Amino acid sequence: MTYQKPSFRHPAAQVNELGYTRRDYEGSLSTLCAGCGHDSISAAIIEAVFTLPLEPHRIAKMSGIGCSSKTPAYFLGRSHGFNSVHGRMPSVTTGASLANRDLVYIGVSGDGDTASIGFGQFGHAVRRNLNMTYIVENNGCYGLTKGQDSATADVGSKNKKGAANPYEPIDLVSMAIQLGATFVGRSFSGDRQQLVPLIKAALTHRGFAFLDVVSPCVTFNNHEGSTKSYAFTRERIEATPLDFVPMREEIRTSYAAGATQEVCMHDGSVIRLHKQNDEYDIEDAQSALQAIAHHNKQGRVLTGLLYIDRDAHEMHEVLGTVRRPLNSLTEKELCPGTKVLDSINAGLR
Amino acid sequence: MHAKQAVNDFVVKFANVNGTGSASANHMFAKAIFRMGIPVSPRNIFPSNIQGLPTWYEVRVSHKGYLGRRGGGVDLMLCVNPQSMERDVKEVEPGGYFVYDSTKPLDPRLIRSDINYIGIPITSMCLREYTDARQRLLFKNVIYVGALAALLDIEFGVLKDLVAEQFKGKEKLITQNVHALEMGHQYAVQNYACPIGLRVERGGNIARHILETDHILMDGNTAVALGAVYGGASVAAWYPITPSTSVVDGFETYCKRLRIDPGTGEKNYAIVQAEDELSAIGMVIGAGWNGARAFTATSGPGLSLMGEFLGLAYFAEVPAVLVDVQRSGPSTGMPTRTQQSDVLAAAYASHGDTKHVLLFPATPAECFSLTVKAFDLADRLQTPVLMLTDLDLGMNDWMSPPLHFDDQHTYDRGKVLDAEALEALAREGKRFGRYLDVDGDGIPYRTYPGAHPTIGAYTARGTSRDEYALYTEDGAAYVRNVDRLLKKFETAKQYVPEPKIKPAAKKTPYGAIFFGTTASPAYEAVEMLAEEGIAIDTMRLRAFPFSQAVEDFITAHETVFVIEQNRDGQMRRLLINETDVPAKEKLVPVLNYDGLPITARQIAAGVRAGIGGTDNVTPIDRSKRKTSRKSKP
Repeated sequence: MTYQKPSFRHPAAQVNELGYTRRDYEGSLSTLCAGCGHDSISAAIIEAVFTLPLEPHRIAKMSGIGCSSKTPAYFLGRSHGFNSVHGRMPSVTTGASLANRDLVYIGVSGDGDTASIGFGQFGHAVRRNLNMTYIVENNGCYGLTKGQDSATADVGSKNKKGAANPYEPIDLVSMAIQLGATFVGRSFSGDRQQLVPLIKAALTHRGFAFLDVVSPCVTFNNHEGSTKSYAFTRERIEATPLDFVPMREEIRTSYAAGATQEVCMHDGSVIRLHKQNDEYDIEDAQSALQAIAHHNKQGRVLTGLLYIDRDAHEMHEVLGTVRRPLNSLTEKELCPGTKVLDSINAGLR
Repeated sequence: MHAKQAVNDFVVKFANVNGTGSASANHMFAKAIFRMGIPVSPRNIFPSNIQGLPTWYEVRVSHKGYLGRRGGGVDLMLCVNPQSMERDVKEVEPGGYFVYDSTKPLDPRLIRSDINYIGIPITSMCLREYTDARQRLLFKNVIYVGALAALLDIEFGVLKDLVAEQFKGKEKLITQNVHALEMGHQYAVQNYACPIGLRVERGGNIARHILETDHILMDGNTAVALGAVYGGASVAAWYPITPSTSVVDGFETYCKRLRIDPGTGEKNYAIVQAEDELSAIGMVIGAGWNGARAFTATSGPGLSLMGEFLGLAYFAEVPAVLVDVQRSGPSTGMPTRTQQSDVLAAAYASHGDTKHVLLFPATPAECFSLTVKAFDLADRLQTPVLMLTDLDLGMNDWMSPPLHFDDQHTYDRGKVLDAEALEALAREGKRFGRYLDVDGDGIPYRTYPGAHPTIGAYTARGTSRDEYALYTEDGAAYVRNVDRLLKKFETAKQYVPEPKIKPAAKKTPYGAIFFGTTASPAYEAVEMLAEEGIAIDTMRLRAFPFSQAVEDFITAHETVFVIEQNRDGQMRRLLINETDVPAKEKLVPVLNYDGLPITARQIAAGVRAGIGGTDNVTPIDRSKRKTSRKSKP
């Protein structure tokens, strides 16, 4: 249990350019285990929306069931949230987006919620290019039911009781790219420097932005033999450092400038990727899949922004819905009136 | 040979092969009779198949305006399907008529001495007239409609008008179709004494109340679709399933006409074909939570899949409208046959203590008006509203009073606090509580996401919470919450439509309760029984929860027949479960569940059996009274 929020989150009276303090983006106290990777992700989300910045009440927090899906209570207390049913966050978010396309949707899910019970809904939300940021807090196990292997657990990785997982894992980033996700990234809950800009970029992306965040379960999956432990992940991570530069904001980067690739988002924001030797064209899905598989073979987890397609149409553009949120339409736009009904009746005689 | 004589009162059945284009010709036949101002009720009895299997179309013509199935055999069988001919011949009532394709001679084994045979060489006429294979097939149907027009005295001009309307702007098709009609017509006139004993006639013996209403002919699913347009639905999410598919198809058709922004050409609606029913209802709930009116349409298997989500919407208090066009269950059951067997599954959908508001329309006009109502109810009560129709109502054309809408009607969006209201609340020093029972009616106030920068945000959840929507496992808070939900359900009674009660001509100890498509044959049966001296008061249920009027009706009668189309007497059980008056002994089930709509004759027989004789003066001997199950027609 995290009893107290670290004080460094509250630099006195610091406000963002919208006039909000960091506290305006915080939620209630976390009830997850102390040291849970998920709490780091919540903090990264708060940091991302505070610095982007976004207005807290224009964000909707969506989730399913599981440890990960509890976390929306722990950030963005001034945003509406919907803690729905297991594996069904994508459909609820689809409906919410249909009703009001103007809000920013952050969905938080887990590996059980996405790779098992919600696998179907996940795939179809991707396929529709639903305009949302979809974060999987991936710890390879079922935390709330005490540590069963999930579908993302690596083959051979050991659970708390020492039993090795006999099944091949589902690699969510590869799956997302294959299904046609238009923004795919992977990160590690412990790598705030990479995770925060990734979340900011995802929030700016128009369409389905998917982030697979390896997030160790300190209670059930942080032991020797686990491939989703802090130690294992820190050792094997292959990180592509990046910056996200919001439109209008000065360039601040904590990484040394090396070979960089710039990706300009629709609103004018820029993602800067700091290339490494084995980098590839992140706008080419096949190269991305190959690079992920290549690192995987080497026993490494490739992180960073792995794939982006900035030209695809998001769901509302495909559907051709009005610019105005559908939930703001009134009788005037919705109800054709009795004259029309009379003519319909006449046509049925 | 006896030849049946009847004016505006008979049953015609078409025996066709699925996928041969017979549906539109058969529809034209029914529509022509309707156009002549004569009550008609056509029914498709079709297989779960696209091409090749037998399919039937039954048309009842009734000057009294009876729209349910009559029961018994048919008076005229038009059979162009050799596969089903043997059983089709058997179905003709003595003195009835069997019209067939006489290109090949009839198998002597199919000859009955008590019916009349009318052969029309349809295939050879087509072979002679057309060279194109497709035309040879399609015009067969038009030719027999032409022949029937002569045999039954249907006005030829009416048929010509219908052809002209159907193929408006395609002159060549109009000429070809009229020619085919004429071929059939001429053959019948030249070879048979037309009309035969059965015939239609304008005015004549038609009941006055029928003549006084400017009826329409439409199917229930299309009426639901229009209701959704008029009711302000802007989001529809669905998964294809017979027999509900045409609800969303219809919604899309009307939206394309009526919901396009004139300035931009953009859509004032969104329709998503979901990956499954779970997702369909999930989208509806997401949209409802976010302040759009949203609905889905499904049938039994879909309802089962939606159970978990319906529980969420009930518990998290999210408006949603679900139209369940019922078919024969359980499981896949008979997917193209009708039933009213989802009553209990709908009333209590989901685990835990759950109850849902149900609506039971009986006509297309009511499909329309109750769909409009469903959206108001869902918003007012912040809960799912499930409208139960069935295949018979949804997919068949019904003669119905015209659809009615009041331009003064404004949408009841229920208790929603906007930014202004939230600020007013704050000025009064009050804290917004999403699940606070402020008004004492069990209905709390809600906010739409994004309403206000600092107040009114909450997390909707399927987990237990306190009045301020905060997660809690405190038993007392949980009990307060679920008790309030029960209070809200009690409040719902004042908002749902009242049952329609029709008293008998004289005081009687007998009552009958029914709903939906059972109503038409039930009213007919009650009139038949009245002529036999059995008086029955009737109550047509239109909604659940049951209002006081329902309990009063049960209390006021010694015996109440509950007539419905399922095996278990589900509405009867719901009445026993959900009323506070002694009901179990009084409620006698009258059931049919063979997948075909219940008939007036089945109902009358069931009631007679339930009474234990035809004399309603005889006191009921409860020991002898037996449940009437699937009584013979």
